[in-house]
Amino acid sequence: MSRKLLTGNGAAAWGARLAGIDYIPAFPITPQTEIIETLEHWIGGGQIPARLVTLESEHSMITAAGAAAATGVRVFSATSSQGLLYGMEMLYAVAGWRAPFVLVNVSRGLSAPITLEPDHNDVLAARDSGFLQLHCATCQEVLDSVLIAYRLGEDLRVRLPVIVNQDGFYLSFTREPVEIPDQQAIEAFLPPYDPENMQFRASAPVSQAVAVLGGGPYSYFRYETHLASLQALAVYDEVASEFEKASGRANPAIECYRTDDAEYLFVMMGAFATKARQAVNQLREAGWRIGLVRPRLFRPFPEEKLRRALAGKKGVIVIDQNISFGRGGVLHTELASAILGKSEKPPLLVSFIGGLGGRDISAEEFYEMARVTKEAVVDGKAPEPRLLYTETELREVRKLQGIACVERQALENEL
Amino acid sequence: MTETAFKHMRDLPSTHLLGTGTPACAGCGGLQAIHQIYDVLGKNTVFVNAAGCMTLLSVYPFTPFRGSWLYTAMASAPAGAQGIRDALDILIEQKRIDKNEDLQVVVLTGDGSAYGMGLSATSSAMERKLDFIYLCYDNEGYGNTGQQYSDATPHAAKTSTSTGPGGYPGFKKDLFSIWAAHKPAYVATVIGAESLDLARKIQKARDIEGPCMIISLSPCPTGWDFDPSLTAKVGKLAVRTGIWPLKEYENGNITHTRKPAKRLPVEAYLNLQGRFKHLFEPKRDEKMLADIQTQVDAYWAKVAS
Ligand SMILES: Cc1ncc(C[n+]2csc(CCOP(=O)(O)OP(=O)(O)O)c2C)c(N)n1
Ligand code: SF4
Ligand SMILES: [Mg+2]
Repeated sequence: MSRKLLTGNGAAAWGARLAGIDYIPAFPITPQTEIIETLEHWIGGGQIPARLVTLESEHSMITAAGAAAATGVRVFSATSSQGLLYGMEMLYAVAGWRAPFVLVNVSRGLSAPITLEPDHNDVLAARDSGFLQLHCATCQEVLDSVLIAYRLGEDLRVRLPVIVNQDGFYLSFTREPVEIPDQQAIEAFLPPYDPENMQFRASAPVSQAVAVLGGGPYSYFRYETHLASLQALAVYDEVASEFEKASGRANPAIECYRTDDAEYLFVMMGAFATKARQAVNQLREAGWRIGLVRPRLFRPFPEEKLRRALAGKKGVIVIDQNISFGRGGVLHTELASAILGKSEKPPLLVSFIGGLGGRDISAEEFYEMARVTKEAVVDGKAPEPRLLYTETELREVRKLQGIACVERQALENEL
Repeated sequence: MTETAFKHMRDLPSTHLLGTGTPACAGCGGLQAIHQIYDVLGKNTVFVNAAGCMTLLSVYPFTPFRGSWLYTAMASAPAGAQGIRDALDILIEQKRIDKNEDLQVVVLTGDGSAYGMGLSATSSAMERKLDFIYLCYDNEGYGNTGQQYSDATPHAAKTSTSTGPGGYPGFKKDLFSIWAAHKPAYVATVIGAESLDLARKIQKARDIEGPCMIISLSPCPTGWDFDPSLTAKVGKLAVRTGIWPLKEYENGNITHTRKPAKRLPVEAYLNLQGRFKHLFEPKRDEKMLADIQTQVDAYWAKVAS
């Protein structure tokens, strides 16, 4: 085992390297590009025997990834934001092929307006594709999750591709100390990919991804994929516990931080959850009984575990770093359906949207969200979802609009 | 390179590999070509298919292919071929599978995919010198969705999205030249009705390493509106009128493999098809017929010079 300062992108590349990947279909996009460049440097320097091919788009990249995995090699790929959406048709397709491989998504807000900074609308657009989803909060987790993802996706009870998600900039470009496990320890944890019947061979012809006629066979295969995804709940626990034995690091499906005696909980995903962690510590010092629940596994959705974590709590502050226009936060909706009619005394869920396009969530805002939620619990009624925004931010935007107006006026006067 | 084994019709394979009973229409010119092509390529192949009529060849749990098949999507079949080719190369190189397990990778798409949505994926596959065969069956429209016009639709043809009095106002895109401009290993046009020419070219494509690109004009009774019994006749006339030049590109040179000595007038081909009926009825459209003839004449004049 060695310890290094690595960016999230470096950690993703190390995860792929330790996994002994064979093949990397690639396409550049900020803030992901460093991952494929790192892997290419290792290939170019003869340090790893993999093959990297740059396709002409993410649509083709994911097609090639799925086709290679379906031929029986271990495949890695990475993308972000517009790239993930450009490949969307094929995300659904290759999951239907049941071709296991790992795709790292470096979350970045979607256009329009175009930005480089992170939120989770990109990865959540892939929510229903059939890919499993692991969401990371630290660079260490990125490395660990890539390794866990191969074991999980390749497991015969699952056989699905996996997205490992990390936040652009906050993880992708931030150096953190990362423990790199020994190759030997990982070889014991992650044996070579056994494609079993997933292969194209002269001696064993197969037809993959063929058409079906009618809803009967169609539903059968779709249900099968759903059930395989659900099986990944139990398989994840097994794999994570074996990974803990091999590495000493726990990566439970949901992280529960200071939740045992908590009356209130923050629930959020990804790197910004580390801000919520700090807020928990500060609020506790101020006398709050509050904790944090962070789903690491998002697909399959660890509903039962979340229900247990939320049981007996008074109020739950759900912070979504995404926005479903005309509805609100995706995580909030998912949590609500997880407890609706299934919990004896469900806690009050209060929904907040924040962190879009990398917008910070300040300590004061965490405090304010907790306060609003406590009031709502007293009232017994959840308020309308809140879109986090400060007066200062609004003033800054008004200034930009002011400049735009003045400049346009100047142009019009010239004419 | 190997000399062709196909000198006479009697040299063509007498056993036929592709199964029957597919959902393709009676008289499908695309299927006519695929039958013959499969006989030459054999079962150690994997067909990587894009959305189109031929997607319905393999409907669970049936397939007419004795080898393998992967359906991808409309735009990215060449990328699927890349993934399979690379994976097989890795496995063979690392001795994880025997060399005998290798497969010829064949992309199978319609014109909609080849001339349009999939062109970018095809272009970059050629740039990467992918070792594969691309087989485009060109029925000159989006057949599977009901024959709307595509980039391959010829001038004046009526399609379900060019129903006006003049038919399709655009011109058929010159995919052969676009492909050849990439300098791939091989490009050829074929047609199911010219079996010997087709077999020779497919044999070449099989034996040459690198991107081997085939466009097969595929008379489509359903989309072109002619009687299914006429498929072979329509195909032969496409060649004899000079509308579908049979040619190949290799090492920077273009060779015409059939130069019709006495070309028949284009109307011999056009008037068999309902999609061109408005050129003859209720009144002959002399101007349009002359325009089409002039274009074909100009093409062959260039070939001769
Ligand atoms: C992305 C996408 N857009 C549209 C379609 C609908 N579609 C299926 S087949 C087809 C026509 C394809 O035309 P072509 O490639 O010429 O093949 P043909 O149907 O003529 O055999 C279309 C438009 C699709 N499958 N995928
Ligand atoms: S529509 Fe045309 S190309 Fe498609 S199956 Fe029928 S005859 Fe063949
Ligand atoms: Mg077509």
